[in-house]
Amino acid sequence: MVQYQQPALDLSFAALSDATRRGVLEQLGRADASITELAQKFRMTLTGMKKHVGVLEDAGLVATQKVGRVRTCTLGPRKLEQEAAWLESYRQLWAARFDDLDVVLEDLKHKEKSHGRKK
Amino acid sequence: MDARSEAAKNLTTEVRKSDREIVITRTFNAPARLVFEAWTKPELLMKWWAPKSIGMTFVSCEADVRVGGAYRFVFKHPASPEPAAFFGKYLEVVPPSRLKWTNEEGPEGGQITTVTFEEKDGKTLLTMHDLYPSKAVLDEAIATGSTPGMGESFDQLDAFLAA
Repeated sequence: MVQYQQPALDLSFAALSDATRRGVLEQLGRADASITELAQKFRMTLTGMKKHVGVLEDAGLVATQKVGRVRTCTLGPRKLEQEAAWLESYRQLWAARFDDLDVVLEDLKHKEKSHGRKK
Repeated sequence: MDARSEAAKNLTTEVRKSDREIVITRTFNAPARLVFEAWTKPELLMKWWAPKSIGMTFVSCEADVRVGGAYRFVFKHPASPEPAAFFGKYLEVVPPSRLKWTNEEGPEGGQITTVTFEEKDGKTLLTMHDLYPSKAVLDEAIATGSTPGMGESFDQLDAFLAA
């Protein structure tokens, strides 16, 4: 078993262990939102939502910015990097497969040409 | 070397279309029936599904490509001591335009993959659509860093690809 010892990962797992916090990340994945909006969405007090957002912020999963009296939440750097890195590795895997598939297809086309097309 | 095939390398695009979906597209300079053939004959699949450029090799490849038929691909990679198996069954087989299959190697039910082949002017646009059972399952895959289609044995591949 892999032992996760880095504090950042511990914080992430703690942050993600709560259904509301997972819901908040899901929500922020769609659009930025203020703490007030999140509190309404998840039917909880402003104080309660501030606490959840604080845990997510400590884990780097959410970033917040205060403009005037409104604190806006966005997906944090760790969350975005992780998702982008995963998607990119998946794309690279398929790009590599497809490059090899090009070679297979050239070969099939060539064979078809030399053997004449089957009707 | 065939200069034309070098010049004609096409781009692979990818988008996380929604909470539960990933869509990949690629155009091939060949008619759909040939692309479909390359996706459905094990001896052809083995030539491209485990790309040499990322160090994968096939251990075995079985694909009974008909509705309800099973597939099982086993790969090796230098980053992993154990081979990794990927398996599931075909849900739709419509030559030469559509394939749909399950991915059952994951612990809690994996994604459903649908591939369509659309021919236009002798070229084929391939669209691959992965639909995960829930956002949680896709997020979990992202959080653990396991690459879909590569399995947990290939966790280190991420680092390898990033290098």
